[in-house]
Parts: sequence; structure tokens; C-alpha cells
Amino acid sequence: MSHLRLRAGIAAGRLSARLIRLIAAGGATTMPGRVAAAVDPQILARLGRRLSQGSVLITGTNGKTTTARLLSAVLERAGRGVVANRAGANLPSGIVSALVRAGTLSGRIVGDVGVFEVDEAALPLVTEPLRPRLLVLGNLFRDQLDRYGEIDLVADRWRAALAHLDGGTVIYNADDPLVSDVGRTHPAGRPFGIEHPGLSKATLEHAADGRYCYRCGVPYSYSAVHLAHLGTYRCPRCGTARPSPEVAAESVQLRGAAGGTFTLRAPTASVLIQSSLPGLYNVYNVLAAATAALALGASLEDVAATVEEFRPAFGRGEEILIEGHRVVMLLAKNPAGFNEVLRTVTAAGEPLVGVIAINDHIADGRDISWLWDVDFELLAGRCRAVVLSGLRAPEMAVRLKYAGLDGAAVEVEPDLERALRIGLRRLAGGETLYVMPTYTAMLGLRAALARRGLVRASWED
Amino acid sequence: MAGRTTMRLRVCHLYPDLLNLYGDRGNIMTLTRRAAWRGIAVEVTEVGLGEALRPEAHDLFFIGGGEDRQQVLAAADLRAGTGGALRDAVEDGAVLLAVCGGYQLMGHAYLPAEGEPLRGIGLLDLETRHPGKGRRRLIGNLIIRCSGEIGGRCGGEIGGRCGGETLVGFENHGGRTTLGPSARPLGRVERGGGNNGEDRTEGAVYRHAYGTYLHGPLLPKNPWLADHLIAAALRRTHGEVTLAPLDDRLERAAHEAALRRFGR
Repeated sequence: MSHLRLRAGIAAGRLSARLIRLIAAGGATTMPGRVAAAVDPQILARLGRRLSQGSVLITGTNGKTTTARLLSAVLERAGRGVVANRAGANLPSGIVSALVRAGTLSGRIVGDVGVFEVDEAALPLVTEPLRPRLLVLGNLFRDQLDRYGEIDLVADRWRAALAHLDGGTVIYNADDPLVSDVGRTHPAGRPFGIEHPGLSKATLEHAADGRYCYRCGVPYSYSAVHLAHLGTYRCPRCGTARPSPEVAAESVQLRGAAGGTFTLRAPTASVLIQSSLPGLYNVYNVLAAATAALALGASLEDVAATVEEFRPAFGRGEEILIEGHRVVMLLAKNPAGFNEVLRTVTAAGEPLVGVIAINDHIADGRDISWLWDVDFELLAGRCRAVVLSGLRAPEMAVRLKYAGLDGAAVEVEPDLERALRIGLRRLAGGETLYVMPTYTAMLGLRAALARRGLVRASWED
Repeated sequence: MAGRTTMRLRVCHLYPDLLNLYGDRGNIMTLTRRAAWRGIAVEVTEVGLGEALRPEAHDLFFIGGGEDRQQVLAAADLRAGTGGALRDAVEDGAVLLAVCGGYQLMGHAYLPAEGEPLRGIGLLDLETRHPGKGRRRLIGNLIIRCSGEIGGRCGGEIGGRCGGETLVGFENHGGRTTLGPSARPLGRVERGGGNNGEDRTEGAVYRHAYGTYLHGPLLPKNPWLADHLIAAALRRTHGEVTLAPLDDRLERAAHEAALRRFGR
């Protein structure tokens, strides 16, 4: 009986996917899952059990999509069949949709292992039915307070999710005290982190979160800060300190938007990683994916070769060629992420030509007060032209004025496509246009570029 | 007139490490930039947990909002002495802006859905009660119209066109605040929840102390209020003050864009 229901659920989900693609030309990344779950409420648990090598869940505020894509690529290189929710549809419905897409009408799954990114607030809803083999906890930053609520509440949900893990392993970021406070409570925890003293910044950024010891409530003291509140920390009262990472990045060399290199140190051996993913935040993404891949039996060579070939995609450092100009799109959706993007685009030291596109839809966070927690002061005196776009472009203009930017370098054009065109016109020969959009602004820009055949639609990626 | 003698704006930012949830530092940036653009010398003093507050050392106090854990720490510190100094300063004519969690702490008490009440400092005559876990938080864009005394006076003071008498911002709070007889509301809700989602009041005013749920942050896109606070703070030590008008086209555009997008 349950098998019949499962097959009916898969059939209904697949049919809805075909209909959606037929009538709406959309990606059908969540609706098939909703339809399938309506037919069989247990479908996530049932389909998950049909993956012979189980599932990996990846969560965290920033870097979920890139980490999941990296891990999928390493596992595919190692010969595994991967089922993944590639388009960032990271609620339970999106994961069911991915499984339904990989399901046959006889109730089988074509694939060995699931690699799913999961919305940080929805984690327990997925761990409970799916019982993942690996759980990857990336980072916790202040993000969308109107939707997620306080950052401590998200950490509490993760604690609840660990209880569903029977026998699984937790891979977590040692450098993030909020994440470590969760990860260290699990008996099978594998921390990763950056071991590179010279990289440290002098002080915590304004937007830093989670600076208080979970046990004592006193501020952690830091001997090194890598980004936001990530670094080497210790509680002066109870002595709780950053766990020593099992997998670490050493000798990190960053080359602005062009990527970077580092030595990946695993318990038994090390390998040189050459990456075209920009910024320190992507070093963390590679570390998270590598630690998970190694835990699943992939080799260091698989990891290194995959990362070297990997190209940023879907707005996360994605390079697009438009009329002979190089355009780099860097998704920026919260203070910690935006600060890293700003560091990346100013690293080269050349005057910046950029587009900043701020929307306030639900997926962006309707509350845009976070713009004032971003260190836009970094851009003062470093911009030749900035075009502000999106629904909240006027507010962004005020933000840049108070950050001390020269008003003559700033233009406001709420329409995304027109703003992009203005940005391209401001380029001198050989310059790169940096586009920094919030989530739905990124989707809007990519959709416009897809219509012109310049990028592939997100669901085809 | 600014520039004739150098005036000094003495700002105190309370608990900047603890209560900084919603871009609150944008309020400080707005106060300091708008004073500096007029040739007014600005000093910003940060006062954190366990540090003594001297009521006569500052003319404009700011306190923002934080998460529950941080708010409990701030409440204890306020009760230990800082709150008394803050009350003295306000009685002496100093200006206070308290936003969201900081606003709640200025009242008599915060009564959570479960657990012990959190005592405030009673600077503003109000009480905040959480209606229970099942009740929705008041989250969303908030537009209020200020009473004539606040909004109206500003137009004369800064001499130029100001953003009008509306304030725009964002609110995100579970607690419902009820005003007592000696607190006046800051304004009347045109869109959003305000103090409690029922009586259409928003915020509270007592002397030159202003409490509100409006973040976003509040001052950058409501420059008339920023100037109102600056002028009131300067008056405490410099007597009658007229602020030179600034080019507020961008600020007004942001204000009006929010009105258009979220107003009725």
C-alpha cells in the first residue's frame, strides 16, 4: 500500500513538473515536491531511504549553493550518481522535487547519494524524515531577521536537528563559534577551519555576530579574525575554545575576483588547491565540501582536480561576457556576505565600476536595515562609477552618501536591465563590471541575460 | 547660525556592541554626518556594560535593539546605575532616542510570554507585554504620522522643506506596548502595527526622550527627525539654534519611495 502511494506521489510530482515546464517555462523546482507530498506525506522519508549511499545536507547562512555544487562535482568525479537540488530550492518541497525528478515510476531512484542544500531555519524539517548520513554546518550570520528571527533561534533549531542524526557525522566550521557550539555537542563531529595566522584582521567587523560564549554569555576573546566573527577564539571564563580542525586550509593566497590558492591539509596528507572561486568565504566553502567528500571516501586528488575545474555559477562570482565586456556577478544578501564581496572587488586596487541592486522581496528579506551594517565605507574613494538599482535603490543612494562616496560617481536606475546597460557604458577598455545583487535582483538580472542567451536559466545549470 | 561659533554635539551611544540588531549604527552615522556637514564638532562616546554614564557629559543619547539574551544583559546594567543617570540627563533637557528593544527597556517593564518580568528604568511611562507564543510578531514596513508638535515644529526650525510629518521604517517586535498617562505617542500609525497593533499609537515622547519601534534605520530616511534631535541637543548647551539647511534630495527620495511603496 505504502509503495503504491509512493509511486502515485512520484507520478503526480513528475506530471506536475511537465505541466509547469509546458505552461510557465519555469524551473519546476518546488511545485512537483508539493504535489508529490500531497499524495504521499511520507514521500521524503521513503525516497530518501532509496538512496543507497544516503544523503548529505548542507546548511548555513552563506555558501550553501556553492558548497553543494562543489561536493556534487567531487562525488561525480569519484563515480557516484548524485541527486541534488541544484537551483537553490532549499525547503523540503525543493528536496522532494529533486528526488521525484530522479525517481522512476516503479519507485526507484536513479542515483546513489543525495546532496541537498537546506534552508538554515528549515533544517529539522528535513533531518527528521531524511536521517542524513552527513550534515554540513557552514556558518551562521545575521540574515533576514524578519524571516528567520534571531540568530540564536536558528542555532537552537540546528541543535534540535542533531537529534535526528542517529549514526551520522556532523561536519562543521571550527572558526565560527556559533556553529562550533552546536557541532561540538555531537559525538561524531569533524571540524574544518583556516590555519593561517597572517590572514587575520585587526578587529571584528561591525556586523559580527555570535561573539558570546553559549555557556557563559561572556564575549569570546579572539587571537585571529578571518571574516565577520570567524576566527580563533576562546571564552575567557570557561575556556571553551575553537576546536582544532581535522581538515584545514593553510598558506592561503587570494587574488581578488580571480580566486586563490591554498594548501588543503587532511589528517593523512595535503594537496595544493587552485580555485577560481573568489574570496575567503569561498575558501570556507571549498573546505566544507572537501571535508564532506573525504568523509564519503573521495580522494584528495578528486577534490583538487574538481576545484581547479570548477567555475563559479549562478550569480556566485559567475563570469559573463556581454558585448566583449567581462561582467562578474557576486550575490550579496547579508552583511557578512556583502563585506566579503566588497573586499573581493576592491582587492585589485583599481577604481571600481559596479552595479549594486537591492530588492526587498520576501526572499531578500523585506527589512533592508542590514544595508547599514555593511561596511560600504570601503568603497569611498575607490569607485569610478556605481549604478544603484532594484526596488530599494533610493535607500541605497542614501547609504552610499553617508558612507562618504562622491555623489558624482553614483547613479540611480531602479530598472535592473537598464542599470546593467548603464554600468556597461561606464567601462573603459578591458575593465570588469562588478554586479552585486541581492537574491531576487540576481534572479531578475540572470533572467534578463538568459533571454538574450548570455547565461543559461538557473534550472538548467 | 552654525559656523559663527563652533558648536559641539556630544553623542552617547549606549551598548553599541550589545544592542545593534537592525542597522542601528545608521542612526549614529546620520547624526554625526549631518552635524559635521554644518561645521558642528561631533563627539561620539560609546558606553558599554559596566561603564559609568555621566549625565552631564552628553546631550544626545542613543540606545538600539538587541536579541533577547543581549537585552537581558543591558536591562541589568541599566538598573545598576546607567538608567538613573539617563533619567537625570533627560530631566535636565538632554535628548534620547530609543529604538525597539531599547525603547522597551525605557518603560516600566517587559512581561515575556513565559518567565520572569524584565524590569525597565521607567523613564517612559509605558509597559510592554508579550501576548503569548501563538500570537504573531508585528513585522513589516511601518509608516506613522507625527503629532503637530514634533513634525510641525521641525519645518520651522530647519527652515527648508522637510520630509513632511511622516516617519517611515520597519518594525519587528513581539511585545505589545501600552502607554501610560504621562507618555504621549510619537505618532499615529498609517500602515503597520505600531505600539500594540490595536490603538494605532506608535512610539512615545516624554520631554526630549523619544522611543519608537521604527528601525530601518530610522534617521537616514527621516532626516527631519534627525535634525530635530540635533537642534534639541545643541540647545541644551548653546541656547537658541538654527540649523543650516542641507541638500536632502537623496534622503527625501528614499523617504518618498518608501511612502509610495508601502503607503496606502
